[in-house]
Amino acid sequence: MPFAPQLYSAALRMTRNQADAEDLVQEAYLRAYRGFGGFTEGTNLRAWLFRILTNAYINIYRARQRRPFETDLADVEDLYLYRRLGTLDTMLASRSAEDQLFDLLTDDEVKQALEDLPEIFRLPVLLADVEGFSYKEIAEMLDIPIGTVMSRLHRGRKAMQKALFDFAHARGLAGASTGVSSEGTDDG
Amino acid sequence: MADCNDTLRELETFLDGELAERARVTIRAHLEGCPDCLQTFDFQAELKAVIAERCRRDDLPPGLLERIERCFDTGLADR
Repeated sequence: MPFAPQLYSAALRMTRNQADAEDLVQEAYLRAYRGFGGFTEGTNLRAWLFRILTNAYINIYRARQRRPFETDLADVEDLYLYRRLGTLDTMLASRSAEDQLFDLLTDDEVKQALEDLPEIFRLPVLLADVEGFSYKEIAEMLDIPIGTVMSRLHRGRKAMQKALFDFAHARGLAGASTGVSSEGTDDG
Repeated sequence: MADCNDTLRELETFLDGELAERARVTIRAHLEGCPDCLQTFDFQAELKAVIAERCRRDDLPPGLLERIERCFDTGLADR
């Protein structure tokens, strides 16, 4: 089955648990199998499969969610993480804060930062930053205008940067000397 | 000639590969002469790469593919 590991990883980021991710991947392959006539030879098979996966997720799991959509993502300033790199300079002077930060963050923390985004921001960030799809492809998968893809990417990325900074901060890498921390917002 | 604000405004579209060629050339020209903006772009590019790399490393659960294949075989897919 083509692209199975990628589809499974994406399904995990979408559903945020293994059992649902397995079911989602299975559902996507079954839909692909039934609808293979809808695939045009010579077009992008990966994009087609991801479109099916994304649609299956939205159909099945969005309907299941009881709570209203979390559209009120806290507003985070531009370049949130980058502007705080200076506060990370508390450990090894010989290495850049940037390198230390990226080494410190674990896979699980980066995944968590993405998975904690409200769904309407999580899907565009996943599809763009992890899977590398174009704005146009994402707009088609999510059935939203390209401008909406761009604004959700922008806000979702900033919120993710804040989450990553907060992880670094909690681990004692950041903010020790200057007191700069996650200001300005509540738990978002 | 793009100034720093113009350049930073296009940071995401540039890194996402979504800028038209002419706009890309303008941004690149600015980055060549502006270490501050270049550093910002470098950081954001690396962050994007780190996120991509860390978020797609999940092992397929054992038996998943076999389970899906069985669904195909048993004709479940033809419902």
